[in-house]
Amino acid sequence: MFDTIIFPILVVLIIGCLSGIMLSVASKFFAVKTDERISQVRAELPGANCGACGYSGCDAYAAAIVAGAKTNLCVPGGSTAAQKVSAIMGVASEEVVAKVAVVKCTGNKNVAGYVMDYQGPKTCLACNSFYQGSRSCSHGCLGYGDCVEACQYDAISIVDGVAVVDRTRCTGCGMCAKQCPNHLIEIVPATARAFVGCSSCDKGAYTRKVCKVGCIGCKKCERTCPNGAAKVVNNLATIDVNLCVNCGECAKQCPTGAIQFCMPKLVNTQS
Amino acid sequence: MREILMILLGAVLINNFVLIKFMGICPFLGVSKKLDSAVGMSVAVIFVMTIATAVTYPIYTYLLYPNFAYLQTLVFILVIAALVQLVEIVLKKYIPALHATLGVYLPLITTNCAVLGVTILNIDEGYTYFQSIINSIGAGVGFLVAMVLFNGVRQRIEGNDIPKTFQGLPSTLIAASIVSLAFMGFSGVVEGLFG
Repeated sequence: MFDTIIFPILVVLIIGCLSGIMLSVASKFFAVKTDERISQVRAELPGANCGACGYSGCDAYAAAIVAGAKTNLCVPGGSTAAQKVSAIMGVASEEVVAKVAVVKCTGNKNVAGYVMDYQGPKTCLACNSFYQGSRSCSHGCLGYGDCVEACQYDAISIVDGVAVVDRTRCTGCGMCAKQCPNHLIEIVPATARAFVGCSSCDKGAYTRKVCKVGCIGCKKCERTCPNGAAKVVNNLATIDVNLCVNCGECAKQCPTGAIQFCMPKLVNTQS
Repeated sequence: MREILMILLGAVLINNFVLIKFMGICPFLGVSKKLDSAVGMSVAVIFVMTIATAVTYPIYTYLLYPNFAYLQTLVFILVIAALVQLVEIVLKKYIPALHATLGVYLPLITTNCAVLGVTILNIDEGYTYFQSIINSIGAGVGFLVAMVLFNGVRQRIEGNDIPKTFQGLPSTLIAASIVSLAFMGFSGVVEGLFG
């Protein structure tokens, strides 16, 4: 009786108890002091680990906040997270500038062609490294969706061969922008309504040949803009978001429709 | 010396825990996508396997054997889990750099069957204490070899155009079985070398 039942029970019980005691003693004895604010701050962050704040994840950012980093760097969390975090840290809350991604190419398959029947790996990166991609415009969106893969919010999709951002879902974290091999995606303040849907620096005549909606560098927007926000640099229109007052004149005047004018935080409609 | 080499090479190549004995398949498929996480996991496995053997072997020999040998699975799991927790606490305090490197993998492998497997197999094989330690290190290195090799295979698969039915896990499992078949070719090599 003792040998067959009681002793085995005792053995396991004692080993278990010893392990438990040893662990609890060790956790007291070897305790590392961690600031409890780190876990509090971490709880307020959205946990997307997107890296928009510039740290390697929400855990790293929470540690950095407690160490003295700014509280308004979390783009997906927005002002709500920033306020709560600031309250925990006891510092003045600063506004988070809401951001949104824009794709600086609108040359979908109806308006811009392809120069090859690409059969390689179905990623933008691979396609772009093969003779600058399959599009007739070497700056254009390749449409294999590297950005779609990167997006954690289902905010970007490929429509007619071009990436389109859903402004209602986009948090402006910038994960997609890092993936695009042609660097077509830019993160702009969500209030900015006008953006240039083209990234081609080629001469106007060539751009017109390969894409119907490309920027041809005609400078009409530059002349139209009342505030000097639109500038043509290197055959490509650019809009300075700090100067732009969202009047929409440039988009109306643009002969090819390369300048997009959309409602703030609404679906980015293609013209 | 010859015996040690035989055990070590045998554990790495012929009795590879992942590819021949099919233990620890979960981390093998789960963390072999990126090279740095694969290496991190493997280093943690080597570490835990060695320590686990060092502790469980005397427990079995002096406490459980011969009357309570049937308790070994239960006791080993208990001891390994507690041990890994202890190691984690100590590492966090004294070697934070290593703790950060091993990171989440250390607690993950607490319940890894490869770790439990190596401790039990050491006893089944009738190794001495020293031989057991060598075998555990070999098993861990074998795990590392399998992980790193398979990481290379997976990266080659990633960029390819795979039929939809085979995308993801199916193609990974097929690739794993082919790598496993390749490792079966090692059987008899060590006996040929040293025997």
